[in-house]
Amino acid sequence: MTGAAGTSALEVEGLCKSFRAVRALDHVALSLHYGRVTALLGDNGAGKSTLVKCISGVYAPDAGVVKVDGTVQAVASPEAARSLGIETVHQTLAVIDPLDVVENLFLNREHTRGGRFGAWLGVLDKKRMRAESGEILGRLDIRIPSLRRSMSALSGGQRQAVAIGRAAAWGQQIVLLDEPAAALGVEQAARVLDLIRSLRDAGVAVLLITHNMDRVTEVCDRAVVLRQGRKTAEVDVGEVTKDDLVAYITGARTGGPDT
Amino acid sequence: MTDESAAAGRMLPGAQQWLARRRQDVGLRQYVVYVAAVLIFGLFAVILRDDGFLTASNLLNIGRQAAPIAVMAVGMAFALAAAEIDLSVGSVTALSSLAAAEAVGSYGFVAGAAVALAVGAGIGLVNGVIAVKVRIPSFLVTLGMLGIVSGIARNMNNLQSLPIRNDTFLAVFGAGSVGPISSLLIWTVVVGVIGHLVLHQLRWGRHVLSVGADRSAAAALGINTDRIRITALMTSAAAASFAGVLLAGRLAIGRHDLGENLLLTVIAAVVIGGTNLFGGRASVAGAIAGSVVMAMLNNGLILMGLRVADQLIARGVIIILAVALSMREQKET
Repeated sequence: MTGAAGTSALEVEGLCKSFRAVRALDHVALSLHYGRVTALLGDNGAGKSTLVKCISGVYAPDAGVVKVDGTVQAVASPEAARSLGIETVHQTLAVIDPLDVVENLFLNREHTRGGRFGAWLGVLDKKRMRAESGEILGRLDIRIPSLRRSMSALSGGQRQAVAIGRAAAWGQQIVLLDEPAAALGVEQAARVLDLIRSLRDAGVAVLLITHNMDRVTEVCDRAVVLRQGRKTAEVDVGEVTKDDLVAYITGARTGGPDT
Repeated sequence: MTDESAAAGRMLPGAQQWLARRRQDVGLRQYVVYVAAVLIFGLFAVILRDDGFLTASNLLNIGRQAAPIAVMAVGMAFALAAAEIDLSVGSVTALSSLAAAEAVGSYGFVAGAAVALAVGAGIGLVNGVIAVKVRIPSFLVTLGMLGIVSGIARNMNNLQSLPIRNDTFLAVFGAGSVGPISSLLIWTVVVGVIGHLVLHQLRWGRHVLSVGADRSAAAALGINTDRIRITALMTSAAAASFAGVLLAGRLAIGRHDLGENLLLTVIAAVVIGGTNLFGGRASVAGAIAGSVVMAMLNNGLILMGLRVADQLIARGVIIILAVALSMREQKET
């Protein structure tokens, strides 16, 4: 379950990550709060995706700590992140094309049947997963022609919707979205924003990576700006203009109360 | 659109829609192998009718030849589904036939099969661990293992065949039958049904496909991709071992070259059957149908009276053509 709205869900302190000679993250701090949407902004190569991958267990950071609910956690693997209630929608979506919608929603979260032996063997409870998939997508108002279609038969927007639906369904506490609406049309992008709002209203702490300033001002409460691996600004979205945000991203300005 | 297909569209819009959807979802290649099996059967039935193709004993013979190919093909389907490949299977089959023969002589028929399967699973484990942990592509690891295992098999009994005199073993794994149904056929069906259920009804089967389709996506969702790849290679090697048991049972010997030359046949059978050579898609039923196709081709070429050298050439050409056709279908989807 999530904590009270506004309390700290996830804190990152002093996070460093280098790839050979390139310093992708340089002592980055970040905090996410329940029931709040935080934008993570920055130019290409600023370190946004690297930061998300460090939090979601894909990369092991070189230094720094990740705290969930105030407790230091070793997010050593994606599985560890997921079991801490951290769900991620990566830029690549991480959907499996030959599997169908239900299988993708429940991948590595499968329900089994047949008691303990069935669980040990991994006998899939397809009926239950199909029913729950319908509920999940219905609750999030995601419309997919058929749950049994394979992902490769879906449009880009539908694939994205399934990936976000999966994160929303399992992300009880923290959801990280790496450019979730990048390839979407206007209407579908609006749906994604609605989804983010409903996550926020359910008390989930959301991190949103985007290049679109309209989306930041529409749904985000705070914005963190990365530039060349460092946090250069952290601001309340209500207190700045889009032009201010762009200025932070391009490096024309730095600052904000917390930096 | 041609006039013909437009006409077909008017006549059968529902069927066309269904076809289009199937095509989008799974591709039509899944069905190619069944059409091919029927066509080849019909062709041989006509042109080889005077050479005894349709006799009961010849059809039974095709079935007996298809059995070990099919068992190996089911295992290989899992390796390919995980985007790995196991080139050591033929040599594992041979070594397993020797191991079975040796163990049957000392400890009885259950031990014979168990030791053979353990040999296969062990070799698969070594293949998998080296491929995953040392990060060597499995085609190289298993190619090296092919040589190692072939050498061990040759050393084991100095190139001599090892006779099996345990009647229970021979009845259960080869010569016997239940009513009119050969035990080889029963084992093939058992392996096929298990393989199909594992692929479609077990979590592991879906994870194998996921890892084969997109390893980094599977890893991002927390799937232990190392474990999946290793167990997929263990599956292919264990299946190859069981094929060795069936060959040993049928021929009443273990020998260093039993099944050794089946590698290409097996890969062709699996790929023709609709399994993607590069991972992410597999069909167990297709692999078995592909094995029947390969066994029929083998049999037909022999009945045509081709010399061994010409059989080799013809088989090679047919395999390349068949795989090329099924790959073209795969690339389209």
